[in-house]
Amino acid sequence: MELFFNQVINGIQQGAIYAALALALVLIFRSNSLLNFAQGEMAMFSTFIAWILADNGFPVVFAILAAMAVSVVGGAIIERTLIRPVGSDNVLAIVIVTIGIFIATNALAGWIYGTDGRVFPRIFANESLVTFGDVTVTQETTGIIAILLVVVGLLYLLFQHTKVGLAMRAVSSNAESAQLVGIRVGRILMLGWGLAAALGALAGSLAAPQLNLSLNLMQGLLIYAFAAATLGGFDSPLGAVVGGLIVGVTQTLAGQYIDFFDGFELGSAFLLILVVLLVRPQGLFGRAVVTRV
Amino acid sequence: MTPLLEVADLEAGYGPVQVLRGMSFTVDAGETVVILGANGAGKTTTIRAVSGMIDTKGSVVVDGKSVGGRRPEDIVRLGVAHVPQGRGTFVDLTVEENLRLGAFTRKDDDVAADMDHWYEVFPRLHERRDQVAGGMSGGEQQMLAIARAAMSRPRLLLLDEPSLGLAPIVTQELFRRLQTLNQEQGTALLVVEQNANLALSIAERGYVLEAGLIVAQGTAAELQADESVRQAYLGI
Amino acid sequence: MTRLALTPRRVVLGVLAVVLAVVVLYIPQYFVEFRTAQFTSVIAISIAVLGLALLTGFNGQISVGHGAFFGVGAYTTAILTADHGWSHLSTVPVAMILCLAIGVMVGLPALRISGLYLALVTLALATLFPLVIQKYSDVTGGSTGIGVPDFEPPDWASGLTEDQWAYYVILAFAVVTFVLVRNLIRSRVGRAIIAIRDGEVAAEVLGVNLARYKVATFGISAMIAGLGGSLFVMNTAVLDRVDPSQYTIARSIEFLAALVIGGAATIMGPVLGSLFIVFVPEFSSDINAELSRVIFGGVLIVMMLVLPGGVLGGLTRLEAGTLRRLGRDRQWRRLRATAAEADSPDPDGSPTVDGAAT
Repeated sequence: MELFFNQVINGIQQGAIYAALALALVLIFRSNSLLNFAQGEMAMFSTFIAWILADNGFPVVFAILAAMAVSVVGGAIIERTLIRPVGSDNVLAIVIVTIGIFIATNALAGWIYGTDGRVFPRIFANESLVTFGDVTVTQETTGIIAILLVVVGLLYLLFQHTKVGLAMRAVSSNAESAQLVGIRVGRILMLGWGLAAALGALAGSLAAPQLNLSLNLMQGLLIYAFAAATLGGFDSPLGAVVGGLIVGVTQTLAGQYIDFFDGFELGSAFLLILVVLLVRPQGLFGRAVVTRV
Repeated sequence: MTPLLEVADLEAGYGPVQVLRGMSFTVDAGETVVILGANGAGKTTTIRAVSGMIDTKGSVVVDGKSVGGRRPEDIVRLGVAHVPQGRGTFVDLTVEENLRLGAFTRKDDDVAADMDHWYEVFPRLHERRDQVAGGMSGGEQQMLAIARAAMSRPRLLLLDEPSLGLAPIVTQELFRRLQTLNQEQGTALLVVEQNANLALSIAERGYVLEAGLIVAQGTAAELQADESVRQAYLGI
Repeated sequence: MTRLALTPRRVVLGVLAVVLAVVVLYIPQYFVEFRTAQFTSVIAISIAVLGLALLTGFNGQISVGHGAFFGVGAYTTAILTADHGWSHLSTVPVAMILCLAIGVMVGLPALRISGLYLALVTLALATLFPLVIQKYSDVTGGSTGIGVPDFEPPDWASGLTEDQWAYYVILAFAVVTFVLVRNLIRSRVGRAIIAIRDGEVAAEVLGVNLARYKVATFGISAMIAGLGGSLFVMNTAVLDRVDPSQYTIARSIEFLAALVIGGAATIMGPVLGSLFIVFVPEFSSDINAELSRVIFGGVLIVMMLVLPGGVLGGLTRLEAGTLRRLGRDRQWRRLRATAAEADSPDPDGSPTVDGAAT
C-alpha cells in the first residue's frame, strides 16, 4: 500500500513539472490558437539565462523573474518576426516554423552555453514537508504546485477581469472581428507569445533543480506536457495543472503496475492524448467548440 | 457640407484579381445609402476597402481624413463601425462580452448605459446576456452584431449583406431597427445588399454596382422606379 | 491540346529530362562507393518523402511521424533478411503491406483529429517508435540493433559492385513509384484527394467519401514510406546495421523538412528536398558544426516565410512571372479566372494560391 502512495506522490512530483510547461502551452493556445512545438526549447533557453544570472550572484528568485521578463520580450519578437508573417491559415507552415525554432533554439543554446549540464539553484529545499510513514511529500513539490496555482489564479484574473484579457480572448475567438472593434491584434498576439515564453521560463526554472539544466532539459517533458494540456483542455490553465498531475500519476502507476508500460511510460502519455482527442477533444476543463455551419 | 464618407476611383482586389475597377460614391452624415449588386459584383470588397481590411488604390476619405493604408483598428477610432458578412460574432464569448468589446475603443463612462439601451431594444440579447453568443440563432446574432457595432457610437455604420441567411420576417425587423438607429442616433448607414427591396425602403440614396463599377445611382425612389434596376434587382 | 505538340516549354523540359537521366544513370560509375551510397540513400529517402507528400502535401493531413513508417519498413527487411534468411527483395512486399496496415490503423483515428492535433499525435508516435524497438528487443535487437546481410548483385549483374547494384535497384523502384504516384495525382482519385485538402465540406458535397479517401491515403502514404525504409537498409555498402537511433523523431522531422523545402504539393519536390537534407548538413558542418543546425532551423523558418511552396513552388511562381512577361499568359489568365470566383459571398474572399505544381 505504501508503495502505491509513494508512487502517487512520485507521480505528483513529476506531474507538477509537466503542469508547469503545460501552462505555457495552454497560454499560447488560448491566446494565439496554435500549438507551439518549440515551447520547451524556448523554456530551456530562458532557464539558462536565469542560471547565468544566479551564477553571477543574483538571488534565485530575482534571476528567475528577470529571465521571465527577458522571455516576454523574446517571445514577442519571435511572434512578430517569425510567426506573424506565416499567417494563421497555413497550418503546415506553422508546424514547420515551430519545429524550425525548436531546432535553431536548441542548437543556439548548445553553441552559446555548451553541452555540459549545470546545477540549478533551488528555491524550495528538497526536504520533506510532511511525512506519512514512509511516504514523503517534499517542500519542493508543494512549493511548485503552490506557485502554479497562483499563476492559474493570476491568469484567471487576467482573462476574465481585465480589458487586455478580454481582448486576448476576442482575438483568439475571431481575429478579424477583433480588428473591427479596434483591438490592436498584432500587439495582442505578441503579448500572448511573450506571456507564454515567460511561463516557459518559469517552468524550466522549476524543473531544472530536479532534472539538471542541460540542452535536453525539456525534450523528455514535451510530450508529457502536451498530454497534460490535451487532458486538461488546451484553453484552460487550471486544466493544465490538473492534467499535469494526472499525467504524472498515470505515468508512474502505469509504469509500476502494468507490464506493458514498464520502461515504456511515454506510451501511457501517448494513449492519453489519443483517447482524449477522440473521446472528448476539449479535455476536462476546456470549452467545447461551438460551430454553426 | 463635406460628406462623411467620400470614395473616389476606388480600385481594389485580391492578389492578381481586380474586383473594384474605379468606383466612386459618397455618404453624408446621417444618411442611409445602399449599394446594390449581384454576387461577385464587389459589394463585400467595397465594404472591406472602406474599413481598411484590404489594400486599395484611389481614395477613401472619412470626415475629411484620408484612410488609405490605415489599419482597421485605426479606422474604427475615426467613428466607422463594420458589421461583417456572416455577423462576425465572437462565438466563444458571452453576449455581454461581445457588447463590451464593441465599446473597446471608448474611454467614457456611458458604456454601461449604452449596453442597457441595447438590451432594451433587443430583449432577446438581455435574456442571453451571460450565454455564449455562438448558441444563438442567425437572426439573434445579427442583432448582436449591430448592437456591438453601435456600442462604439459610430458616425458611420457599414453593413455587409445583413439579410444574408435570415428569414424574411427577421430581416424586416432588422431593417426596421436599422432605420430607427439612423433616425434616433443620427448614425449614417452604408448598406450593401442583394435584397434590394428592403434596402431601398430605408435608404435615401443608392448605387448599383456591377462587375466593379457603378452603373446606376440616384435617390431610392429613382432607383425603385428605374426599369433596368427593377428587372435586375427587384425581381420584376 | 495535342499531346505531341512541340511547344518550346516541352522541348526545354524534354532536353533537361534527358540530360538528367544520363546524369542519374552515370552517378555510380563516376563516384566512389561512399558517395554513390549517399545518393542511394537520397533516393530511398525521397521515396519516403514522396509518401509524405501524398498525405501532407496533396491530402492536407499533417504527419510528423513518417519516420516511424520508414522505420517499420527498415526493420521488417532487416529482421527478415538477418534472422530468417529471406532475400532482400522479397521482403519489400511484406514491408509495404505491413506499413499499409499500420497506416490504415493510424488513419482511422486521424479522421477525427486534424491539423495541429494530428501533427501532435504523429509527433508522439514518432517519438515512441525507438522506444517500441527497445521494448521488443528480442525481435529487434534493442539498442544494438540488427546486422543486415549484404545486398549482393546477382550473377547476371556481376559486373556491378555492391554499391552500384543497390543504387540501380533502388533507383528502379523509385522511378516506378514516382510515376505511379504522379499518375495517381493526375487521376480522378488524385483530384478527390486534393479536393479534400482544399475543403472537406465542399469535397463531401461533391460526393467524395471523406473517410474512405483519407484513410486510404494515409495507408498508401505509409506504405510508400515503408517501401523507402525497406530499400534504405539495402544500401549495405555503407549501412551494415539498423538501430533505433536512425529512426527517431529527427528522421520524421527530416522528412517533413525535405518535403517543404522541395515543395509540399509537388512530385519532384521530394527529390530536391532529400538531396538538400542529405548533402547540405554535411557541407555546412564542415564549415561550422555547431552553427549548421542553427542554420538548418533557420532555413526551415525562412523557407516558410519566403517560399512556402518550396523550391519547386517558387519556380512555378517564377515561371508564371516569366510567362507573363513573355506575353504567354494563357496559364496566367487561367489562374486569374479561378481566383475571380473569389468575390462571391465568401467572408474572407481572398483566394489562396499555393505553390502546387499541377
